[in-house]
Formats: sequence, C-alpha cells, structure tokens
Amino acid sequence: MPNGMRVIKLVGLGLFVTGFVIFNTLFFNATYVLTESVIEDTFRDSAKASLFLQSSSTMLNQKDGSVFSFVSDLKKIFESANQNQFGIYGITQEEVLDLVARSGKKFSIASVDSLYVGADEVSVFKRKSFKDYGSWLDGREFSSPEELQNQLLGVVEKIRTYAIINQVGFDRYQVKDLTYSITKASAISPVKANSSLYLFLTFGFCILGALLYILPKLQLPVGIKNNGIFFNVMKSTGWLGIFTGTWLIAFYFVLYFFPEYMTNWVSMVDPISKALNGNEAGRFFLYGFIYTICILVMGGRMIIHYRHSKYQILRTTSVMFFQTAFAFLIPEVLVRLNKPYFDFKNIWPLDYSFFFDSRLKELTSNGTLGLFMLGWGMALIIIAVPVFVYFFGKRWYCSWVCGCGGLAETLGDPYRQLSNKSVKAWNVERWMIHGVLAFAIVMTAGVIYTYWSGSSWVLFFDSYQLREVYGAFIGAGFAGVVGTGFYPLMGNRVWCRFGCPLAAYLGIIQRFKSRFRITTNGGQCISCGNCSTYCEMGIDVRWYAQRGQNIVRSSCVGCGVCSAVCPRGVLNLEVKEEAGRFGKPILIGNNHIKLVE
Amino acid sequence: MKHIVIIGNGISGITAARNIRKRSDFRITVISSETKHFYSRTALMYLYMGHMKYENIKPYEDNFWKKNKIDLVFDHVDQVDTISKSLQLKSGNQFAFDQLIIASGSTSNKFGWPGQNLTGVQGLYSYQDLETMEQHTNKVKHAVIVGGGLIGVEMAEMLLSRKIEVTFLVREKEFWNNVLPIKEANLISRHLRTHHVDLKLETELKEITGDEHGRVNAVLTNKGETIPCQFLGLAVGVSPNINFLSNAGIEVKKGVLVNEFLETNIPDIYAVGDCVERIYDLSGRRNIEQVWYTGRMMGEVVAQTICGDKTKYEPGPWFNSAKFFDIEYQTYGRVSNELKPDEQDFYWEHADETKAMHLVWYTNSNAFKGINVFGIRLRHECFDRWLREGRTIQYVLLHLSEANFDPEFFNRYEAQIVSGVIAKYPAVKMEINA
Repeated sequence: MPNGMRVIKLVGLGLFVTGFVIFNTLFFNATYVLTESVIEDTFRDSAKASLFLQSSSTMLNQKDGSVFSFVSDLKKIFESANQNQFGIYGITQEEVLDLVARSGKKFSIASVDSLYVGADEVSVFKRKSFKDYGSWLDGREFSSPEELQNQLLGVVEKIRTYAIINQVGFDRYQVKDLTYSITKASAISPVKANSSLYLFLTFGFCILGALLYILPKLQLPVGIKNNGIFFNVMKSTGWLGIFTGTWLIAFYFVLYFFPEYMTNWVSMVDPISKALNGNEAGRFFLYGFIYTICILVMGGRMIIHYRHSKYQILRTTSVMFFQTAFAFLIPEVLVRLNKPYFDFKNIWPLDYSFFFDSRLKELTSNGTLGLFMLGWGMALIIIAVPVFVYFFGKRWYCSWVCGCGGLAETLGDPYRQLSNKSVKAWNVERWMIHGVLAFAIVMTAGVIYTYWSGSSWVLFFDSYQLREVYGAFIGAGFAGVVGTGFYPLMGNRVWCRFGCPLAAYLGIIQRFKSRFRITTNGGQCISCGNCSTYCEMGIDVRWYAQRGQNIVRSSCVGCGVCSAVCPRGVLNLEVKEEAGRFGKPILIGNNHIKLVE
Repeated sequence: MKHIVIIGNGISGITAARNIRKRSDFRITVISSETKHFYSRTALMYLYMGHMKYENIKPYEDNFWKKNKIDLVFDHVDQVDTISKSLQLKSGNQFAFDQLIIASGSTSNKFGWPGQNLTGVQGLYSYQDLETMEQHTNKVKHAVIVGGGLIGVEMAEMLLSRKIEVTFLVREKEFWNNVLPIKEANLISRHLRTHHVDLKLETELKEITGDEHGRVNAVLTNKGETIPCQFLGLAVGVSPNINFLSNAGIEVKKGVLVNEFLETNIPDIYAVGDCVERIYDLSGRRNIEQVWYTGRMMGEVVAQTICGDKTKYEPGPWFNSAKFFDIEYQTYGRVSNELKPDEQDFYWEHADETKAMHLVWYTNSNAFKGINVFGIRLRHECFDRWLREGRTIQYVLLHLSEANFDPEFFNRYEAQIVSGVIAKYPAVKMEINA
C-alpha cells in the first residue's frame, strides 16, 4: 500500500478512536437537577406526580454531578413514596385484630364492610382491595382466632405488594420507566444543549474515521485479502478483541437492563428522532440508529472487501437496504403517522413479541392497516418461510434480509473465523437452538392462551412470567448481550447459530425440503481448510468438500464466503432439483474405485 | 489380525489408512516424523500469511484417529527390513508389519549451487520448512525466489503478505512456461507484476553469497547481476524422499518403483504418492507425479487392493488446479505448453487481465483434448465426463455454460468465447448454431 494511503488509514483510525472516546466520556458528562417541571412532564398520572413530588423535597432543585448517585436517590424517593402509601392504604395490625374479633373462628367478608364504612378514598380502597385479595377466605372456619389472624396477615401482605404498589404506588416497571425518563429530563449537559455538535463529534468522527480507514482498501488488487487475520489483535481474540467484546457486552447490559444510565447518549439523537417520528428518542431509537450506521459503514467495507464477487455485493446491498428501510425508517414513519410501529421483515419467533396481547390489541385496533400487518406477519410465518426456503434456502432471510444477520455479515465479518468448528460445538448447537425454538413456541402458546382466555395461568406456568423470562434471557441476554457482545470472542453468528428460533425453523425446512445445497466441484478439493475456517456458522465445510459431497446443513445461512475463499474453485451455492441433493460422494479420480460410506 | 503400517501421514498415506479402515478391521499404524497429525500440505502458505492457524489446516479433529482405530506414531523410520518385515525407528523401537505402504513424500531439490547451505536458504515442502521460513524471514527486507513453478509463486505471495520485497528468478520465457502455454504464462507474469513481484525472466541462479555469520546476503545470476537479499527461497521442484530406503532391497530409481498395482518389487510392500516412480507408462503422464490429487487417488487404490479387491492405478482424465495470487486456475484434460502439430486451439482473455480460457482439440477428429481456465470456475464432473466420452470441441462449446461453476450473478463469458472460436475456425461452426 502506498504511503499516502497508509497516512489516510492512520488519520481514519485516529478520528474513529477520538469519536469513540468522546462517546464514552459523554456517558458521565452531565449534571442532574430534579425540578417540578421535570416531574410534571414525565408523569402521566397527576396523583402519582404529586405523591412523588411530596417525597422528593430533599432532592428537588439540587445539583448532582453523577448519574449513579442521582439514580440511586430517585430509587430512594420511589421507595419512600411507596412507604408513604403503605402508611395510608396499608391494613394495620389493629384493623386485622378488629376483623378477627368481628369474625371469631369463621371469617365473613361482610366484616370488612362493617369495618370500613367510610366513603372516603382510603376506606373505599381498603374495602375493595381486601375483597379482591381476601374474599376466598369468606365463610371459612379456623381452629383458632390466631390461625385466622395469620391468614389475614397474608392477605395484608398481598395487598401491600400488589394492590398498593400497582395502583397508588410505584411497581418495579413504573420505577424502571420513570427512573429512565426522569433522569433523561433532569440532565443538564452540553449534549442536550448542542446535540448536533456532539452527534458530529461522536458519530460523525466515527463514521468518517471508519470510512477513511476502509476506503484505501480500494487501492489493493481485487480478491480475497485475509492476510494477517490470525496475527491481528482484533480479529484473533487478542487484547483488542477482548476489549471490544467487553465493551459491547457492557453496552448491551446498560441498554437492556440499566437504560437510566445512558440517557445522555439517547439525548444526542433526539433531533433525529423528532425529525423522523416527531417524538424524543427512546433508547431503542438510539440502538436502531447505531445498528443501522454499523450495517451501512461496515457494509461498505464488506462490499469493498469482496468487490470481485457480485454475489457478495448484491447480498450486502440487500441487508443494508432492509435494515435502513424496513427496520429503521418505515417503523419510525409509521409512528409519525400514528400507526403501529411495525418492522415488515421481522418474523416470529425471532420477533417473539408478535403475539403478545399488547401488540395484538394494537394491530386489531388499527383498522385495515393493522389487520394487514397482522395478516402480513402471519403470512411470513406460514407461507414465506417454507416457500422461499424451498426455492432459495434459508439464506433468503438469514443473509439477505434479517437484521441480526445483516449486522453479523457487516460489523461481524471481521470475526467470522472465530466460530468453533468442532463436532462437540455442533452437538451443543443442535440441542440449544432447537431448545430455544421449543421455548419460544411454548411461551407464545401460553401468551395466546392468555389473550383468548384472559387467564394468565396455563397448565403449570404463568404466561406473564414465562414471557418475561424469555424476554430477559433470550430476547435481551442471548440475542443482544451474547449475540453481538461475543462477536470478537466466538464469531459473528453466536446468536444465529445457537439461539435464534427462527433460524431453527428455517433450518429444519432447509435440511428436509429445499432445492438449496452447496455443491462440491468433483475432486478438486485440497483440504486446505479455508472454507471451514471462514464459515461463520462453524460448519466443517471441508469435511464434505474433501469427499466430493454436497453440503446440506440446516445451519448454513448461504453467505457464500466458503465459495469465495476457496482457492481452487471447489464450492458453489446452488439451487437445483431436489434429486441428488443428498447421495454418495462423487470424488472423481481413479477408475474402478468403489465408494464406501 | 493383519497389521498394515504406513510410512508418512500426508494425503496419500492418510487416504490409504482411512480407506483401509472403511473396508476392514486390520490394525493400522501410520508413522510420521513430520507432525503428530495429518495436516493439509497445500495449506502451509496460509499459516504463514495468517489466514489460518495450524488447528485449521488439520482436516480431522485429533480424536478422529482414536475413534477410527488408526494408530499414529510420531517417529522417524530409519530403516526398512524387508526380510523380517520390520521397521527400525529413530527412537530405537522396532515395528513389525504384515503389509507396508511407503508414502514418504518428497524433499525440495537443490542443484549444488555454491552457498546453497547458507542460513536463510531453503525450500518449502514440510512443516519444518515452514517453521524455518518463519524464523529466517523475521525482519527480512528483501527476498529472492528461484524457480518459476507453483511453490515459487506461493512463496512470493507469502513473503509479500509480510511486506517483504520479492525478486523472482524464472528460467523460462514467462512464469511456469514449461507447463503453461506462452499466453497463459504471460498472463500470470503480468499478474505477478501487478502484485509488485520483481519478476526476472530467463534468469537463473548461479551463486549464493553469505555474510560472516553464514547467512545469505546476495545471489548472483547467470546474467551477472548481484541481488542483495536476506532470504532465498528455492522452488526448483521436489524429488522423492527415499534416502531411508537405500539398503532395503526395494528397487528405486528417482522414486520407489511400482507396477500398476502400486506394488514394489518386494511382496507386501506398496508405495503411493509423491515418492512413487511408475515403471509402466500412462499416456501423457510423467512417471513421477507430485500432485495432491494423484496422491489421494493412489491412497484409495492401494487401500482397495490391500482389502482384497486388487485394483490398478488408472487415474481418470487429468485435472489440476492452483491459485496465482488472485487468479484461480483449473485445468482438465491436456493442454501442453506448445501446441502439437495435430492440434488446434483457441485462447480467450478478458480485458481485465484476470480471466482467460484456452481450449485445445485435435484438428482431424475435432476431439476435445483439454482446457486451461483462469478466473472462471468450471465443473470437474462435466469435463471428466466429456473427456471420458471423447466429445468433440463442438459438443464442449455447445455445453460450455452447463460446466460453469461460478457463483450466482457472476458475469458469463460463454457466448463471447464460442463466437471467438467460430470467428477463428469457421469450420467448427456447424452444430453450434443448430
């Protein structure tokens, strides 16, 4: 590479690192002041707003330089507000004793009416909540008043943790949401005052830097350029790879589980969000924005890297298009038009919340468009998946359309060689991915049952709890934290290979009913191992190629890189008639050699 | 139970072992002093270039051998005793066999140049060679490679990947012209130059000089030029590795002599792969063929014979492949470097200088003889069948697009090529337009 080009690359690297450092610094760079107007703006429920305001007197209008102490103070306010409500709405020890005295050994729910006679709000609440949680005790006889008292104390506890916290206090979901929005609204930071400048200093620098780093590759002759990958500290799990993985894992943890700490980052993209959908940015807007930029910039790199291959150029352009238009822009515009947020290319069970009651309600209450979306989503599952997999293989989705696949094929391309190729890994993969598929089906079945019957209890589990576990462990933990965070550690398709239930579904069809296969070119294989090494799905491609056998594997996403890196032109992704897809190896060599399996 | 011992764990020996295992319960032992496990020799370059790690170039996981009851012995065979049917190993161990397969491969040629044993002068064949090359190219600025063949071009690519400048001395008029026709040879020569290889054609190595530490510091060419360098790659071919057989009573010339059943002169002793020299003719083939594919085929054949189904080594139509930097090369049938009097040919080259095709056929019969192809992938199965069936050039041209093996969406050139042939040889036309 000429010296001029090397200088440009270095400048690019410098810009990128600068932008990245600024981005990280911004995480800490704000002061927080809780004001009445913040509370007014962030609370939808005015009663709760005033409750919160009452408990926050010590914190009000105080400057706090640290997001950590600010968030912990907010949590204390919620806690004390709840305590306050327990004091007002909680059933007291005396009241319990009174009820016992009124009932004797046999409990009568009428005793509640006689105890709480007032028409004031507190009496009404106590009466109602006691009936909601304690009416099952009505008419029961107890061996002693103490036993009745114990039962009643249990009811009192339930009222505290469910009725009071939910209705007049703050349950954990509300605490989570409000902590996030209060923190975001309370922040006073240069980012908020001048978001476009900071957008440029972070994203601008990173994008520009990355492009300057990538574009000089155009000077190199076209062809596979994998030189030095296994000496590279980024691409062979060296210190930089481990750093990157750790950073990504931390980022996903904050994004999914502690978003209240990253509000300063979110504020940066407020103007873009307002321009697109009219609202302030949420954390997932920021995430979608970063995601799309990564796919576009690293997609550019992918295209340059494989510019000798039209297959790779088209495929990469396709994932760039679907991410930008379908995953990012169209849903935001739909929101702007007051329509449901909908990603037209996302398919259940990857889109695991498709059948959640909240979404079904949203779609069914949005007229023709809502119903169309519902029908479209169903058609993708029932028709598009089997039909397209039959004609093209699962690649039509996994490496041409899917967002997770899109990120893996662009941002993740430098890490594809890190996937484990052992038979052991393959065994783990088959159990794990089909396990997740089964989990997704059971969870969804429960959710649909709940939607129809209104009862959350299905056979032996609670559908709400199950969906929550799925969301946390599979949706956030596996797909996000592990799925992307592990790129530099275990390759770019950890989620797609071990976890994605849609990939499992597509894969079953690809394995048993499809025209797609990777063909081996007769006896030309030299067992070099490039195909297996660069298979992001960890398929030992060479195992088949060196026997002259077709490669038919459920996990193959058809990225085509095995074919691209093969130095002898041995592998080709093909769709042909199903006959002859499996079958004996066709090693072409000596006459009269009988093939033995 | 019969004990089969195989000397050498390269592609020939290992293919024999695997195929014997598929067909029998014989006890199988493979002895090698190169590496503990089978690795792909053709992939050594990719280790040096950082495309792969050693783990990646082993075609089978380490537990494969135990699972398939193939014993691996990491030792060197010093002597073969054909009378007591035993091997003397370097470790002092003796090893008895019922049947022996010699698959000991090759060693790099050295032609007695002054200074050829200096530090930093070496060939590239074995894993040990790669380790030495790794060690001796550290901090090297300029390297020279001698020998215009496949190993030479690999070494050039390897060194350039480490930003080491390369001067490439080639005896022929163009790169690999002793095998490739001049136009193809010229195409590759041009391609090497776009990769900044300092290609010196029709130039031979005369002498190697070293510094006071016994390390190469320059080479002198037959044209009187002195080229300073800190590393010299010798890529002037390989010869059968048979020194350890010198007093064994097994007949050798350049290689171990074998008949069509790959039997040596001693019963129960066979030889396969690079180390073999055939005592019988196979038309159009040299008697020593050091190619991955022929080694693999011999391994299959000898396994079938040892398992009771005596089979002749009769390789099908010739095929081979290589990659010269970014240009892939495949060949099917025979295209010799000079057109024979009874042959006609057609050469097509794309304007981007990375794709070419060269078809050769017999003038009288129109029978298709062979094809060289660069930067386009062709289906082995098609050409194997057409060559076995003795198809004509017309047939091949008519079905050329069936043989295309390029990935989807790639540009196709069959129409251009076919019309090129018709323009040059109007007589070939007939069926094609039909």
